[in-house]
Amino acid sequence: MSTPVTSVTIESLTEACNTKLGATHVEGKDISGGCGQNFEIKIVSPMFEGKSTLQKHRMVNEALKDQIAVVHAFSQKSFTPAQWEALQQQ
Amino acid sequence: MNFLRSASSLALRPSSHILTRRAALPATSFAVRHLSDSTKKTIEDAITQNKLVVFMKGTPHAPQCGFSRAVMQILTVQGVDMDGALKSFNILADEDLRNGIKEYSSWPTIPQVYINGEFVGGCDIMLNMHQSGDLEKLLLKEGLIEPEAEESPRA
Repeated sequence: MSTPVTSVTIESLTEACNTKLGATHVEGKDISGGCGQNFEIKIVSPMFEGKSTLQKHRMVNEALKDQIAVVHAFSQKSFTPAQWEALQQQ
Repeated sequence: MNFLRSASSLALRPSSHILTRRAALPATSFAVRHLSDSTKKTIEDAITQNKLVVFMKGTPHAPQCGFSRAVMQILTVQGVDMDGALKSFNILADEDLRNGIKEYSSWPTIPQVYINGEFVGGCDIMLNMHQSGDLEKLLLKEGLIEPEAEESPRA
């Protein structure tokens, strides 16, 4: 059962991505200036394989819904390992 | 960065506090049922009667959040007729709609874009599709923009 969320941090978001989405790489940025209200996150997971962008975003929304509900703004970019690899090559 | 600062100040609105408190309960605000039949009908009528609908904070000419503004800028750059082809709802002016649309779309954030009755995405996805060229294809297919005029031959 999910515990009530009172504050959101990069660590808590990363933890949820790792456990719920099997993320192999997570890059989070708190762009709120410290008030914990505005996050930007990049997630790499093999679970995104074969999914459309909308499906990937829905998976992330579901995995992080407790946390997204308490922040003001949340922005995500989700990649499969292959997409991420290709991006690093550029 | 200014819009982020104004966006954070929006978080001080009383309604946001209620949302935060509610979210501290085991059932998150995202999961709580907000969608009344009348709100549902408003949404369904809007997305079936209009090719392009955006649920946003503020209005197309005066967005009140950076993400809503970004979506308006993308549509403007794409050449959408912002006064004719776009139907928008200011969710800040309608608390039922604000909560209802999140449940209707199963999507936790605003803005939300519907094209031809289908949920397309929020700001991240719109930006993504804008950059990849998919948005232009979709808007062309739905007749929301005109094909770009042939560029005049270079001198």
